[in-house]
Amino acid sequence: MACSNPATSEGNQYYRHSLPVRIMHWINVILLTILLMSGLNIFNAHPALYWGEQSYSGVPPILELKSRETDEGEVHGVTRIFGHAFGTTGFLGASSNEEGDLVGRGFPSWLTIPGNQWLAMARRWHFFFAWLLAVNGIGFLTYSIASGHLHRDLLPTMQDWRSIGRSTVDHLLFRRPTGEAAKYYNVLQKFAYLTVIFVLLPLVVLMGLGMSPALDALFTGWVGIFGGRQSVRTFHFVVAWALVLFTVIHVFEVIVNGFWNNLRSMITGNFRIKSEANHE
Amino acid sequence: MSDDTKLTRRSLLTRMFAGVCAVTLAGCQKLSESTWFSKVLGVGEKATRRVQKLVLPRKAMAQEFPEADLSPQFRSNGTAMPRNPAFMAMAKNGFADYRLAVEGLVEHPGTFSLADIRALPSRTQITRHDCVEGWSAIGRWKGARLSALLEAVHLKPNARYVVFHCADPMEEDGSSPYYESIDLDDAFHPQTILAYELNGESLPVKNGAPLRLRLERQLGYKMAKYVMRLEVVEDFSRIVGGKGGYWEDQGYEWYAGI
Repeated sequence: MACSNPATSEGNQYYRHSLPVRIMHWINVILLTILLMSGLNIFNAHPALYWGEQSYSGVPPILELKSRETDEGEVHGVTRIFGHAFGTTGFLGASSNEEGDLVGRGFPSWLTIPGNQWLAMARRWHFFFAWLLAVNGIGFLTYSIASGHLHRDLLPTMQDWRSIGRSTVDHLLFRRPTGEAAKYYNVLQKFAYLTVIFVLLPLVVLMGLGMSPALDALFTGWVGIFGGRQSVRTFHFVVAWALVLFTVIHVFEVIVNGFWNNLRSMITGNFRIKSEANHE
Repeated sequence: MSDDTKLTRRSLLTRMFAGVCAVTLAGCQKLSESTWFSKVLGVGEKATRRVQKLVLPRKAMAQEFPEADLSPQFRSNGTAMPRNPAFMAMAKNGFADYRLAVEGLVEHPGTFSLADIRALPSRTQITRHDCVEGWSAIGRWKGARLSALLEAVHLKPNARYVVFHCADPMEEDGSSPYYESIDLDDAFHPQTILAYELNGESLPVKNGAPLRLRLERQLGYKMAKYVMRLEVVEDFSRIVGGKGGYWEDQGYEWYAGI
């Protein structure tokens, strides 16, 4: 692993992330973690997803995490997705409760807040931290536009557009920019961040609001644009996991590109640029 | 195990990470069980209520659907047959002896038979029912406009909420009857009805016969089934648990617009 020791690697440091960006980044990490985990607890109250306005049109769910009890009293977890069933005992559909007994449960207790099945409390967590996410998001957008962060660091330049092909090949071959080029986000990185900021996060919030029966009445039928209320619920779930997928790739990139260096730059702001010929 | 030393740092970090996660989760559990933190979190839902009240026009209508969208079977949730001998006897008799009591802060308290209720101005609507659990079902409801009933009994000036007292006990021993409450904005909304028909037939017992509330811009738990008595009040802090409803007393929010 390329965990280069910051004390010995040469190269010059430069100030990469401003204080507001660093603070809002870590707030976002905490908020999204809580929202995901409390969201999974809410999902567990009815662990099935549908397409359309409703759940009982006669069409089976797209995804369902169920438990099944055999005649001998054994509990099995079953994940059914697009009509294909998989045994997922211990993880999805059925997992251990506090006493260590297998019980029917969508997502396991270690992935949910609170750990036990407690819809009222999960909703409290979820809606409270959803407000904070909105505040943090608006704060980030305002700062990014006002300070030039968006324009300077995130929006692709003409050169970026031209280098998409080469950048993609480099990326797949694990050739990472060094020297001066390492100072700037590469074009794929910019696309990833812009997708999260302007597509995934706004979408997950909008799809969350789409589940509100009150807000559905704001402009009659607006949830229908997304397929209906149950489709909106499905989108909310899928986009949440898309954010998890982004996070996995993001953390992977952080690790392979110098874990401590990247981590430090998001804490103190300082990023050390490796000189050209420095591969481990 | 030659790579023991090589792995030390990584396994140590992994263990530290797992430890931090476990402690954090235990912390979240402790917080969930503490009253003060639950109260702090409740600020979020209060903000939701305020903002939704602000942006949503008072008479904004919930979406209504075409006949083709009706659920083949309208799901029954919660109580399907109240464990209440008096209710069961009434149900056996086709609710001929049913009387809806209306009392509290009204000028003309009284009782209404089903025939009286059916004689009030009615509304028929095909709407989507959204349960707090996450599922939705679509049904066609017909019922008396609650506004018409409240106008008939004349509210007193200090009236603020309508409390619905129901026939279904929520405890095994037959205690804790279900109840709910709504404010007057919702009570006078055109889609707020006391439904006596579902999908063109008399309301089945499993869906709340003889009368259930339809409150189309909030979640299902607000829509009390087996309604026996309306009580108009200024505040509900002295009724049962004081939170305005059975589920509210269990920790759910009074405002269920989200």
